[in-house]
Amino acid sequence: MNRYPLWKNVLIAITIVVGVIYTLPNFFGEAPAVQISPVKATLKSDAALLARVQEVLKGGGIASEGIQLDNVGVKARFKDTDVQIKAKDLLNRALNPDQTDPSYIVALNLLSNTPRWLIALRALPMYLGLDLRGGVHFLLEVDMKAAITKRLDGVATELRTQMRDRSIRHGGIAREGNAIVLRIRDPEALDKAERLLKDTQTDFDLATATDGGESKIRMTLKPEALRRTQEGAVRQNITTLHNRINELGVAEPVIQQQGAERIVVQLPGVQDTAKAKDILGRTASLEVRMVDDDADLSAALAGNVPFGTELFTERGGSPLLVKKQVVLTGDRLTDAQAGFDGQTSEPAVHLTLDGAGARIFQQVTRENVGKRMAILLIEKGKGEVVTAPVIRQEIGGGRVQISGRMTTTEANDVALLLRAGSLAAPMEIIEERTIGPSLGAENIRKGFYSTLYGFLAIAVFMCLYYSVFGVVSVVALAVNVLLLVALLSMLQATLTLPGIAAIALALGMAIDANVLINERIREEVRNGASPQAAINIGYERAFGTILDSNVTSLIAGVALLIFGSGPVRGFAVVHCLGIVTSMFSSVVVSRALVNLIYGGRKVKKLAIGDTDWHKRAGPPPPTNNPAPTAAP
Amino acid sequence: MEFFRIRRDIPFMRHALVFNIISLVTFLLAVVSLATRGLHFSVEFTGGTVMEVSYPQAAELDKIRGTLDRLGFPDASVQNFGTSHDVLLRLPLKEGVSTAQLSEKVMTALRGEGPEVELRRVEFVGPQVGKELATDGALALVLVIVGIMIWLSIRFEWRFAVSGIIANLHDVVIILGFFSFFQWEFSLPVLAAVLAVLGYSVNESVVVFDRIRENFRKMRKATVPQIIDNAITSTMSRTMITHGSTELMVVSMLLFGGPALHYFALALFIGILFGVYSSVLVAAPLVMWLGVSRSNLIKPEKKPDTTGGATV
Repeated sequence: MNRYPLWKNVLIAITIVVGVIYTLPNFFGEAPAVQISPVKATLKSDAALLARVQEVLKGGGIASEGIQLDNVGVKARFKDTDVQIKAKDLLNRALNPDQTDPSYIVALNLLSNTPRWLIALRALPMYLGLDLRGGVHFLLEVDMKAAITKRLDGVATELRTQMRDRSIRHGGIAREGNAIVLRIRDPEALDKAERLLKDTQTDFDLATATDGGESKIRMTLKPEALRRTQEGAVRQNITTLHNRINELGVAEPVIQQQGAERIVVQLPGVQDTAKAKDILGRTASLEVRMVDDDADLSAALAGNVPFGTELFTERGGSPLLVKKQVVLTGDRLTDAQAGFDGQTSEPAVHLTLDGAGARIFQQVTRENVGKRMAILLIEKGKGEVVTAPVIRQEIGGGRVQISGRMTTTEANDVALLLRAGSLAAPMEIIEERTIGPSLGAENIRKGFYSTLYGFLAIAVFMCLYYSVFGVVSVVALAVNVLLLVALLSMLQATLTLPGIAAIALALGMAIDANVLINERIREEVRNGASPQAAINIGYERAFGTILDSNVTSLIAGVALLIFGSGPVRGFAVVHCLGIVTSMFSSVVVSRALVNLIYGGRKVKKLAIGDTDWHKRAGPPPPTNNPAPTAAP
Repeated sequence: MEFFRIRRDIPFMRHALVFNIISLVTFLLAVVSLATRGLHFSVEFTGGTVMEVSYPQAAELDKIRGTLDRLGFPDASVQNFGTSHDVLLRLPLKEGVSTAQLSEKVMTALRGEGPEVELRRVEFVGPQVGKELATDGALALVLVIVGIMIWLSIRFEWRFAVSGIIANLHDVVIILGFFSFFQWEFSLPVLAAVLAVLGYSVNESVVVFDRIRENFRKMRKATVPQIIDNAITSTMSRTMITHGSTELMVVSMLLFGGPALHYFALALFIGILFGVYSSVLVAAPLVMWLGVSRSNLIKPEKKPDTTGGATV
């Protein structure tokens, strides 16, 4: 009696071994490391980069403790932080000859000292949240109203141009709230306008109302177009943020959409919040200017830049002089997409300008055929010429194509830069959390010790109170911690300080199941059951109650998981996982141990504390007595 | 070793009225405190900025207050946090002030007074986030209550569900009452603790209810109060040991967890303490008064699934 079949014991053993393997990485600690990852889409993190890093370090006489390549980039670990910082500076200088335009992010990072065979099993240490490792957390909200207004204004100006081109007479095109309203008197023009709108503005719902002699066409964005505009705005802002954060040199930044219009930015290890905020909030803009090819370039290169011009270097090309006068700014750009030239099939970038932009562009190109125009990206007051194509003919309609001397990747890059150069809509920081590294370390220490001391206190008490069964309960509880930590490491769920508190609480609550079982067994023994029967009945009867009590806890955990955000979520995840692991460890694992100790042999007495007290004196025990005695 | 060597059933139900009056009075006190003093909500709910700064020597709070006053924050709260070296600054939301740059401004000013000050933590929450957190918190509470009631109704009967939830909501109100009376900071982790306690102490009622049902089956001649008395007495040992163990853990957090976990642990501590009392001595009499009888429970009852392997 009371023996588990072999498969059950094997299953438990396997579970515990897996638990140990996945818990192990948490004990190896971390080594200072430098992470090198490419910024530009044209650069790859591959074996060549790995070889280059090795070469640079060797050349600088810096010994590394191991260099590895993964899909993020190359990571090199070092003996201590002094060497780490030296290596970072060296690598930064060697890999980024032009410091104003870095090709690689060279960032300080911490790498786990987990041995390779564990990493091969995907056993990694728990992912620590910002409150434990230090860093910055921002929640940004995209101003959707502004994004939509911008879109509507763009369409309104575009329409004005189109109507004029087609000589459709109208009495005004204006944005009114979330709609564009066209006023038209002439019925024939109305007809034409309606047809034009139906053909070109498929994103809009049209409603025509005639009032007196004047008709009004009211254009409102279709719901799905509205959604697309909003999604587009958030996506573009995320792209922009990515580009900007790359400059900060953060090892593992998190930039994620949260809900419909929010973006979470987490920068572990970053302490300089002022710089981080500056970079996040910065606006980049696009400028179109004319190239001055008549001016003396060699004189300018010698340091004598002609009046009214500026010296720039074209991206991956030759230097050129650009007039200071701005033809167009990025405000007039509504979209930029990579594609191909219709005739030559060369890679190209297609720009879409709004109505006013289109008009200006048409005029400028008409007047400057054969000359070059430069498209500049201005950031932090610093300009870069993205491309400087020759104007072949007058360009109308607001659709501009940049082509020539571009690969597909470059075209994508330029399109991205033009799109991502500025934010689609303004953003506001609505939540900020900064945690210093010393506080993070302190949080880990305090969380760990409070859990440890609590565990020890419970262990001592349980062993004293339930003797052998107490020891079994404590072992089961230890297995519970093991499995919980293993599960958290496996899932790579973010561990926060409330998460550590949830581990502690899970232990405090998990012991309930073992107390229930032990009390039941005691009671059965008191009522005269044989030791083996007492164990069996005790476990069986207690299980229903354990299940009930865990379900109510789980309900609370799930509610927190659904509605909780930030720190509460971290708590909820661990709380729920803890309930699941505790069911296994306190029922299955403890039973297996009890079976190993008592199962399959004759047992005279269970070591579960004193169960004989009621026999020594006094009336019979009250428990389960069919006729309870009246109170004294 | 055994603590509870009880030879007779303790006649809890004879004193049911007393217990319920005690609960009612504490409950009312908590409600009065909540109504008059309200809760001291943390920055997560109200919006605003919290900064934790640390000095190598004991911090001079008056000097810091003066600095903040000059910066235009006369209503900022400045207090020690954990030790005399650490200071917690709370700055309310201010119309028209760029909140994002606020913490830098304050740090620059503080560095001007004493360059050795170290910024440990900043937390800024905009007003829109605060409102959402409050709504989400309320929704989570409702979900927990409804979920538990459904579960108890399925497992037992509506009388048990109602009395279980009343008993435990009374705990929630009392925890909130404590936070209100002492003006302890009510933050998100505290809310998490309250909900966790709610789920946890319903257990207690479940254990007692389980026994009551079992006793209805076994003790055919006993009266309802006798059955309840017996159920409470025979589960008492387990109740005290379990909660004692959980409280050991919570006290450990309270003592060693530092200021960041202080109020979280405190909420758990109070919650578990009152949870024991209410889920046993409030829920059981309520069941009695709601008129539970043998016929309510002794339907052809199916035992729940007892295969241990159902969970992993």
